[in-house]
Amino acid sequence: MRSISSEVILEARNLTKYFKSTAGGAFNRQKGVVKAVDDVTFEVHKGETVGLVGESGCGKTTVGRTLVKLYDPTSGDIIFQGENISKFNRKKMKPLRSKLQMIFQDPYSSLNPRHTVGTIVESGFDIHGVTPAQGRKQAVQELLELVGLNPEHINRFPHEFSGGQRQRIGIARALALKPSLIIADEPVSALDVSIQAQVVNLLDDLQRELGLSYLFVAHDLSVVQHISDRVVVMYLGKIMEQAATEELFTKPRHPYTKALLSAVPVPDPKVERTRERIILKGDLPSPMNPPSGCVFNTRCWKAQEKCRVEVPALYEISPKHQIACHFPEN
Amino acid sequence: MLKYIGRRVAYTLAILVLISLVVYLIFDVLPMDPARLTCGKTCRPDVVEANRHRLGLDVSVWQQWWRFIVGLFKGRDYAEGVAAFHCPAPSFGYSFNRHECVSKLIGQAFPVTFSLALGAFVMWLALGVSLGVWAARNKGKFVDRASTTFVLVGTSLPTFISGILILLFIVVKFNLVSPIDLGKWHNPFTDPFGWIKTFFFPCLTLALAYAASYTRFTRSNVIETTAEDFIRTAKAKGLSARTIMRKHTLRAALAPIVTIAGLDFAGLLGGAIITEGIFNLPGLGRLSIRAVLQDYDLPVIVATTLLAAAFVVFMNLIVDILYAFIDPRVRVA
Amino acid sequence: MSAFLEVQNLSVSFPTEDGLVKATNDISYSVNLGETLAIVGESGSGKSVTNLAVMGLHNPAKTEISGKAILNLPSGPIDVISAPEEEVRKLRGSAMSMIFQDPMSSLHPYYSVGDQISEAWLLYNKGDKKAARNRSIEMLDLVGIPDPHKRVDEFPHQFSGGMRQRVMIAMALINNPKLLIADEPTTALDVTVQSQILQLIRDMQKEFNMAVILITHDLGVVAQVANRVCVMYAGKIVEESTIDDIFYDSTHPYSIGLLASIPRVDKYHGERLKVISGQPPSLINLPSGCSFQPRCEFAKYVPGNKCGIETPSLSQISTNHKVSCHLDKTQVQQLKKQAM
Repeated sequence: MRSISSEVILEARNLTKYFKSTAGGAFNRQKGVVKAVDDVTFEVHKGETVGLVGESGCGKTTVGRTLVKLYDPTSGDIIFQGENISKFNRKKMKPLRSKLQMIFQDPYSSLNPRHTVGTIVESGFDIHGVTPAQGRKQAVQELLELVGLNPEHINRFPHEFSGGQRQRIGIARALALKPSLIIADEPVSALDVSIQAQVVNLLDDLQRELGLSYLFVAHDLSVVQHISDRVVVMYLGKIMEQAATEELFTKPRHPYTKALLSAVPVPDPKVERTRERIILKGDLPSPMNPPSGCVFNTRCWKAQEKCRVEVPALYEISPKHQIACHFPEN
Repeated sequence: MLKYIGRRVAYTLAILVLISLVVYLIFDVLPMDPARLTCGKTCRPDVVEANRHRLGLDVSVWQQWWRFIVGLFKGRDYAEGVAAFHCPAPSFGYSFNRHECVSKLIGQAFPVTFSLALGAFVMWLALGVSLGVWAARNKGKFVDRASTTFVLVGTSLPTFISGILILLFIVVKFNLVSPIDLGKWHNPFTDPFGWIKTFFFPCLTLALAYAASYTRFTRSNVIETTAEDFIRTAKAKGLSARTIMRKHTLRAALAPIVTIAGLDFAGLLGGAIITEGIFNLPGLGRLSIRAVLQDYDLPVIVATTLLAAAFVVFMNLIVDILYAFIDPRVRVA
Repeated sequence: MSAFLEVQNLSVSFPTEDGLVKATNDISYSVNLGETLAIVGESGSGKSVTNLAVMGLHNPAKTEISGKAILNLPSGPIDVISAPEEEVRKLRGSAMSMIFQDPMSSLHPYYSVGDQISEAWLLYNKGDKKAARNRSIEMLDLVGIPDPHKRVDEFPHQFSGGMRQRVMIAMALINNPKLLIADEPTTALDVTVQSQILQLIRDMQKEFNMAVILITHDLGVVAQVANRVCVMYAGKIVEESTIDDIFYDSTHPYSIGLLASIPRVDKYHGERLKVISGQPPSLINLPSGCSFQPRCEFAKYVPGNKCGIETPSLSQISTNHKVSCHLDKTQVQQLKKQAM
């Protein structure tokens, strides 16, 4: 069993990211603000995997990208290894980049098709001007071996690999500079079921071996449940609930989490036949024009007048279990 | 929608004002002095100054520009005394070289250029689009390969070669149009046959060059659209291949052509210098070339430049409005 | 109850520069009215290709198709593979319909949803545009689109993903088809919307008494809506059974591996996921014998490299349960117990 320390490696404090929008077509150029991420606070401990889940448009990807400073936060703080990096510019971020790596969803488009695997994996060495002790080629081959690829394939090109193998290349690239935290944005959702399990296990193994911390951003709740120690549930840019995985999946307190969990089909027909499924009405509201009060109130079966008026704050309902709801489930 | 159009029109006008200003400023910093060019080597300075005053060049460039703008709306008087001359609104200036109001010169040249551009536009669209669609539907077959050859020849053959070839081998050799008739303006409403005789071959010359790139563009767009999911949906509905092509594929594939065609047409309205030259057509292209190279006729240059810019800017507006009718995604959300 | 669609020995392949891609190879299945057959498999297993062939949606110039797909219509059976295109075309959208994975790109962006649905109705019904529009509004209402009178004139981009899939369903069902092929209908949708759409498909099936073929990679979706399942691997059906048999009594090593490799949201175990090692084979260069053999953990228990030489046939092991494997059921059950 791996150990999770109490040391906080990454902290998002009231993180907020708004995008200006000109959506609406040429004849109706309403200037609007998309509140992609709105006042989000959570932390990732050393050696821990935090799952960040939600449906499309909930802001989970934006959180991931803002944390690695692909976007500048509109407000709020990002504290990485004790340093507030929210206002860091490119130059100041550079030395930190090696410690804070990202893995992307699409293993087909995130690797340069004209570079060999060797060049892709060692690119980090160039950017940061590092030469590993054992020499670059040796280092790359060790990394390939670590992620379960044949080290002899160092001179091959991405198109010679399958989707799962490409995702492994992406992981090797992220690992090259010995990061302490990896933000994985939907790392397995483009992969086939039988390949997904391989990559999930690889991420597990690497964590055990290298003591990595993960922020695992995904929409697939089954995978998130499997890989995470703690889970943060987002809806329309806001955190609805966060708790330890087992607690969240067995005793969800926020109506949205409950509905979300009940919507995930279970590969077990007997369970499916008897399961109570909450079918939410309607669609996700536009993040350009989110509902007043609790953002979930338009689809919530428990919503009352209070929910339409007052934004519920995130509070601790039981130890290490936070929700933002006026009328929590039992 | 109306609000949008209003805003676009205002924006367009602002751009035109800016362009006219830039044109004036450019000619102001050029080292040539039009007043000095009005008389020979032995010109006395006081004559030059008098001419400068007559040309209206003795005031600052800002004032010259302002007078031009005012003239556009109010008309303008030139020179004084016996030589005085009035150009009614919209006055684009007065050409002292040709002793004509520029608006009159343009009025004579524009129908020629417009005929040429419109004829060529219709020809190249008809030819390019139909050939492109035909090639796309027979991808990899003989028609497709033949069209590829046409595209290659058409895009690599400049109009001054194709124009001369057409002129020599078709018009002159087979005596289809007598050289005397060539370049003669016929009113299309009173003498449509004469008009066609004058313009058919020049239009063809221009159209050939454009048709090639339209063939290529149409072909690749149709092929791309055919692979779209919504075409598969149309097929799954049970529509016939004909209906799918006509209603679904072409609608989506040809929409982007509106943009390009509009701008290409606008570009030609400013004058097709080479083609007009070859076929001896007194259009805007010839007018501006003469003004620039022979006469250094500033008012004509300003007017033709501005006109060419205006066509492009207005056509842009028209294309945008048209596009909104074609593609609902551009319309109000 | 006789089958509405009977697919017999269907093979679909695509000639390419690198060789013949054998997308599906000699497969047979059937589906009854009122029944939902799920076809499960990973990408490249041939699950979509097969059903596109049934609908006649492959480009005939680039596809080689053999075998039969018989629709048992009230007017008599018709083989849609060998029937002339004009005849098959008239079945599309009337006797059989299809909805697709990506509702974003499956609707024409330039026509209003009403126009697109009306177009389907006008093809097979006598009536004017007004009647078609009214019928479209009825359908939109039926598939649960609020305010259909207003939304009928809106364009696809004004609808959310889930709503677009509803529009697709309305369009597919407007002529009361007896067969609906749903190709990954919820894969592009969010999970809360997915359950709405699956519920809708079930309701519509009851309403129209249709045969439904649900193509999916998600075994959870299968458990939720299907009656029977075909598991496909590398262009072949490796196991076919009722839904309970596949989940509680799976007998093909691939189905067993697949079921073991997916984490479940309702059970927290924290163990390592079971894994099928390796990758699916290239469809141009399939392994000899059983296509799954290079990845199969049980192949070593079959004597004399039989798996590498002889292609197993899909054979009945009990009522409504067929498996294509050289091991028999008791052997597999034993090995399965050992492996777990």
